[in-house]
Amino acid sequence: MTDIHHLHPHPHPTAPDRDGPQGYYQALEIAVRELLIGKGIISADDVRRAVEAMDARTPAQGARVVARAWTNPGYKARLLADGTAAVRELGIEMATTRLIVVENAPALHNLVVCTLCSCYPRMVLGLPPDWYKSRAYRSRAVREPRAVLREFGTELPEAVELRVHDSTADMRYLVLPERPPGTEGWSEERLAALVTRDSMIGVTRCRA
Amino acid sequence: MRQHHDMGGLPAGPVERQEHDYALWEKRVDALMVLLSEPQRALLRVDELRRNIEALGAAAYENMSYYERWISAIANTLLQRGVLSADELGRKLAEIEARKTAE
Repeated sequence: MTDIHHLHPHPHPTAPDRDGPQGYYQALEIAVRELLIGKGIISADDVRRAVEAMDARTPAQGARVVARAWTNPGYKARLLADGTAAVRELGIEMATTRLIVVENAPALHNLVVCTLCSCYPRMVLGLPPDWYKSRAYRSRAVREPRAVLREFGTELPEAVELRVHDSTADMRYLVLPERPPGTEGWSEERLAALVTRDSMIGVTRCRA
Repeated sequence: MRQHHDMGGLPAGPVERQEHDYALWEKRVDALMVLLSEPQRALLRVDELRRNIEALGAAAYENMSYYERWISAIANTLLQRGVLSADELGRKLAEIEARKTAE
């Protein structure tokens, strides 16, 4: 038997989400999946397609949304008025959740968290990073958000208002970061390359 | 009373900027959630998933990974709804264990 760990020699991240050899919970996933397939409730193809669809959702989608808003005032207005409908214009379906887009400004910064679980705009940004789901982030983002931002290298002057948005199962927040200075006349594609996942969660800013 | 999952505002250590590439089994757990939630099946509501994650208890947050909690909560939801029985799930797990040993 090939040991897959010998095939990728990079160090494994010490994340709480383990992906080691098959244990009880991996077996539980196989059991539930095979039973549901056996009952005709889902098919193996359904599972494969759902995995592929989730793999296709990346922060690049959110970056396209942000770059469009930066370059098209009409789109930005629609995005802030109804995020769900505006991302649908770019082919992103929010499914059962509602998207609320919050705009950063020179005197206002927005930060997104889900204190109760891990709600995240996954249809726009893909699956969340581990730290977003961590106890430390969920606990502290609402209590000492400026300290949390500092840990991400973001110094927020006291004069800048900071709003923290606590997501729910039905309401997902996306930060519209500030367009970096010196990017006048840039194309949407070039601008999109500046937009990071973390800037759309609100822990960092975009830089040119 | 504040429950264990309700951690907003509690003291905690620094945010460790951990990330990892999701393993296939984790993506499949995610896929099961998505598929069971789809309106044509409607066998899992997001509230059920959360309630069943929270019902795992405080220790689950310390000892189980994210998708370990999810698959446990999904399995429990399907048992509660009668979509799966404990017997067939137990038999299936035994069969998977036997397959693994045979490999």
